[in-house]
Amino acid sequence: MLYAILCYHDEDLVGSWSKEHDAEVMTKLAVVQENLAKQGRLGPVARLLPTTAATTLRKDDPPLVLDGPFAETKEQLLGFYIVDCKNLDEALDVAKDLGAANPGGAYEIRPVGVLNPGSIET
Amino acid sequence: MTDTAWIDAALASARPQAVGALLRYFRNLDAAEEAYQNACLRALKTWPQNGPPRDAASWLIMVGRNAGIDEVRRHRKQEALPEDEAISDLDDAEEKIAERLDGSHYRDDILRLLFICCHPDLPATQQIALALRIVSGLSVKQIARAFLVSEAAMEQRITRAKARVAEAKVPFETPGAAERSERLASVAAMIYLIFNEGYSASGDTAEIRSPLCEEAIRLSRLLLRLFQSEPEIMGLAALLLLQHARAASRFDSDGAVILLEDQDRSLWNKALIAEGLALIDKAMRHRRSGPYQVQAAISALHARAGKPGETDWTQIELLYGALEVMQPSPVVTLNRSVAVSKVRGAQAALDMIEPLASRLSNYFHYFGVRGAFLMQLGRNEEAHTAFDRAIALANTSAEAAHIRMHLDRLMRDSQVPVKAAKATQ
Repeated sequence: MLYAILCYHDEDLVGSWSKEHDAEVMTKLAVVQENLAKQGRLGPVARLLPTTAATTLRKDDPPLVLDGPFAETKEQLLGFYIVDCKNLDEALDVAKDLGAANPGGAYEIRPVGVLNPGSIET
Repeated sequence: MTDTAWIDAALASARPQAVGALLRYFRNLDAAEEAYQNACLRALKTWPQNGPPRDAASWLIMVGRNAGIDEVRRHRKQEALPEDEAISDLDDAEEKIAERLDGSHYRDDILRLLFICCHPDLPATQQIALALRIVSGLSVKQIARAFLVSEAAMEQRITRAKARVAEAKVPFETPGAAERSERLASVAAMIYLIFNEGYSASGDTAEIRSPLCEEAIRLSRLLLRLFQSEPEIMGLAALLLLQHARAASRFDSDGAVILLEDQDRSLWNKALIAEGLALIDKAMRHRRSGPYQVQAAISALHARAGKPGETDWTQIELLYGALEVMQPSPVVTLNRSVAVSKVRGAQAALDMIEPLASRLSNYFHYFGVRGAFLMQLGRNEEAHTAFDRAIALANTSAEAAHIRMHLDRLMRDSQVPVKAAKATQ
């Protein structure tokens, strides 16, 4: 079974970490990740840019573009994509295509800061 | 992090919201600050044992409000509040109460808190000092250090600023749309001022003052989280991030300025650049341009160029042209002339800045730029005169050192011997 582990924390707090502390945390996490990678059990790992960089697409008809992260509590996170796009407009186009195929709910579009594509042996 | 560092971090991040709400209750900066301090003291006592409350800001607001309740009664009639003891340190019962009290207020609370710091009656230096003290919660000592003045002088500056704010009577009602947007503009300008205090520092003071840049970035992110659809706030945050991304490459080991085209681009902070680019991208979708967005867009073009030769100067010149229309100023024209020199050559650029001579006759950068154009045109004697004037007008030793480097190059490359550079400091 593959498991997704989704990371939640107080963004303001993490954002106020010193460069040194941030690097220290990343180094500790890298140890855990390398261990998994060696066993061929690590899939993609991403560090997202802050929610201030987020845009949300409500999959209404017509779709509605809102600045900021997804903020509703009555819908739940069901999946995610990582797509390579030139800019936000292109990412929104992809999200709109996906939304047309599966209306209802919303997509939050958030730039990825760091991506380790990982590799899983199946 | 050490054992209690997480508490300091949690208190710092909850501060703007907590002090903003307390200010709304008490309508008095000193009372709000005192109540907040009391709440922090209690947090330091109870959080280590009980762990942090889920919503630190609400907890601090409730405890702070109770601590200063006598103050409140003097001002207006209040609904009954739970006793201090009833406020749990363990669960989030207080969160609901605080939410009922604050609800949608918190956005305007924080904006008001920032806004009273940039009251037009306050000179810029007082605005910045007050914001760093009240909103960011830096100690007087820290602020004094960043401003290179004594602690006593800074204490006095902040006390004076507070007194003026108290006299100025900032309205506490929820602002209307027009007023809110005016407040936002003043606050954005103040955040930019804080950033520039750090950014314009150089040499030995650069390191001491760079926390000002970080604090300005933190405030701009905070503002953007509150006002998510304001393209100019996105532009401001993007501008600060993109400029600060170059911090590690802006000075050489002697503290002399390194120009953009000579900077080691591998030292640029890629995470900050990525965030800045994402924000400007997001802002431009609104098609409501403004000075911060344009400046951020210019910075973005530099950030996107892997090598100086890849810089899109044509686009940069167009953007400076747009900025000239929005904010006409000889300094903007001077900046545009640098882009013009790249696109159309030094003569066109020189022609463009000649008319600015009288207005910029005491401006260091004018003579630095003019000297560079003249040097490119091979008019070495005139370039020399311009550089001499620039050194005389330099604000920092880093600026002077940079121009001296030009003079050295001029003398080295020069076919005609030029008189030795004056050892002006």
